Amino acid sequence: MSSGTLYDKVWDLHRVAELPGGSTQLFIGLHLIHEVTSPQAFAALRDLGLGVRHPERTVATVDHIVPTTSQARPFADPLAEEMLATLEANCAEHGITLHGLGSGRQGIVHVIAPELGLTQPGMTVACGDSHTSTHGAFGAIAFGIGTSQVRDVLASQSLAMGKLKVRRIWVDGQLQRGVYAKDLILHVIRTLGVKGGVGYAYEFAGPAIEALSMEERMTLCNMAIEGGARCGYVNPDQTTFAYLEGRPMAPAAEAWPSAVAWWSALATGAEAVFDDEVRFDATVVAPTVTWGITPGQGIGVDETVPTLEATEPNERPLAAEAYRYMDLQPGTAIAGTPVDVCFIGSCTNGRLSDLQAAAAVARGRQVAPGIKAFVVPGSEQVAAAAEAEGLDQIFTAAGFEWREPGCSMCLAMNPDRLEGRQISASSSNRNFKGRQGSATGRTLLMSPAMVAAAAIAGRVTDVRTLLKA
Amino acid sequence: MSSSTPFPSGSIARVTGRGVAVRGDDIDTDRIIPARFLKCVTFEALGPAVFADDRAELKPNHPFDRAEHQGAQVLVVNRNFGCGSSREHAPQALMRWGIRAVVGESFAEIFYGNCLALGIPCLSAEHTAALALQAAIEADPALELQIDLQLLQASTPAGTTWPLSLAAGPRQMLSTGQWDGTGQLLANDRELLATVQRLPYLQAFAPAG
Ligand code: SF4
Repeated sequence: MSSGTLYDKVWDLHRVAELPGGSTQLFIGLHLIHEVTSPQAFAALRDLGLGVRHPERTVATVDHIVPTTSQARPFADPLAEEMLATLEANCAEHGITLHGLGSGRQGIVHVIAPELGLTQPGMTVACGDSHTSTHGAFGAIAFGIGTSQVRDVLASQSLAMGKLKVRRIWVDGQLQRGVYAKDLILHVIRTLGVKGGVGYAYEFAGPAIEALSMEERMTLCNMAIEGGARCGYVNPDQTTFAYLEGRPMAPAAEAWPSAVAWWSALATGAEAVFDDEVRFDATVVAPTVTWGITPGQGIGVDETVPTLEATEPNERPLAAEAYRYMDLQPGTAIAGTPVDVCFIGSCTNGRLSDLQAAAAVARGRQVAPGIKAFVVPGSEQVAAAAEAEGLDQIFTAAGFEWREPGCSMCLAMNPDRLEGRQISASSSNRNFKGRQGSATGRTLLMSPAMVAAAAIAGRVTDVRTLLKA
Repeated sequence: MSSSTPFPSGSIARVTGRGVAVRGDDIDTDRIIPARFLKCVTFEALGPAVFADDRAELKPNHPFDRAEHQGAQVLVVNRNFGCGSSREHAPQALMRWGIRAVVGESFAEIFYGNCLALGIPCLSAEHTAALALQAAIEADPALELQIDLQLLQASTPAGTTWPLSLAAGPRQMLSTGQWDGTGQLLANDRELLATVQRLPYLQAFAPAG
């Protein structure tokens, strides 16, 4: 059993009571909600005659269903309009802050909470969205929950939880030029499998992790859930504190030094015990691309689609299904695979540094003929910062569309979607069948720089060749 | 079709009904309920949309479309069922189609918790037992299965049994009817207040004392 890790300390601090049935009641320090998984929770609350226990600890935004072309109300899609109107009414009724469209603070829930300074080390963070693991980048314990649990957090600011085991993912060395946090996490998931983390919290540590910026750490933790881990985290350090200082909701004035002292003390100490440890070497990670229908089916851009013989026996049925669905032949190189649509955005890779990396590739080049390429900033703040640097100009000059913030084609609940058998190069996090809006559409996951490279070449391309030029 | 069996309530000690097998590992919640069906403010209409894209692909041969499986209550699956998105729409769609218990080799955690919160037990079976159960269901769709949460087994009227497992906590919650836990959480108000008081970030990081 683990002891002395940040996870153990945060767990103990937030433990309210032991519940009959063996689970623990855990206090939730920050609750984030959006339009898709909250309406039924508010309805259930109403049915039970309950109110919201700590409305000041819940923060709302709208992201999944917003169009990225025109965001004028009412939306063209009446269902989307109804979902946003319901969220607005629920927030107004219960006194919950909603960062709505045009507020300057709207965006994907996992992008805005960090940039507003809402997400802080040592907190428990819950949201009705599996990629809540993102917030672990700050040394928070953050996990996705279902709608019944959203109701529970609204009613009681707490959840019934079982304690996870802790696995340390230790990464030595440094990522090479053209290789990003996205590649590292795809590499980890490829190695440990999409089920490898079930029952675990992942602590990411080691020299390669310490060198990552906050935005890169968010990319890493964002996809911990794709490796089966309910949450992933990085211990808070100077990088964390420097990011937080001065953010609107971060502690300020005399609270700041005591906050930093408390946060520092929460980090996993040298005496900590883990349930498990796996070591990686960052220097061997290549730009990584998925070829299949789970995020674990990834390979280096210089590799070939694995053959059935090279696949572990119990993974073979899935591999066979992936060959069929993706229409990719085992043994062929992934580089050179033609793409139709290139999507840069999502809570994995829709932050400023992601757009900077993609723009560095797009600058002075042209999107290949026939390719639809578009960039969706993760939030209004990201959009404003990118525009201030002229990134939007670089993208549009290269033939990319520059859109309004939202989840967009990550899951295609808005009008941005694949059509028919189209194949996309996508900086998002899921390549499941049908994920991007067409039941037969195909997704290749990769870093934003790799997506930009694919847009320029019209096919999967090693971005390192473009960076050298 | 939509369920005619009442939704789970109270103590759940066993589930009896016909089975339906959906084979394959890593069936994610996007497949159980595709994202376009998430555009709703209530769960009411989700039953018919369960597995929509898989069913369209296999039309009319998906187990959920086959006449002999209509009205089935026990779903038998393989490894890592319900991985991916946290959407409670997935267990809601299964429940509204008529599923009252899931037996599988393993489950994704959020899916498992979402099912528990609806009173739908997810029981684990060893690889060979899951395959045998699936084969039995496919060979005889009219077979009445009994999933017993006390004996931890699946059984047929003829007396064939397969061992199942279910952690003590969820088992107790289901059998005592306390699986819908909001009431439990509200009962500990004093402890909740004490937690708020010891967390520095809820006290504006004021020095203790
Ligand atoms: S960007 Fe994608 S993964 Fe992230 S919250 Fe939106 S839909 Fe979910």
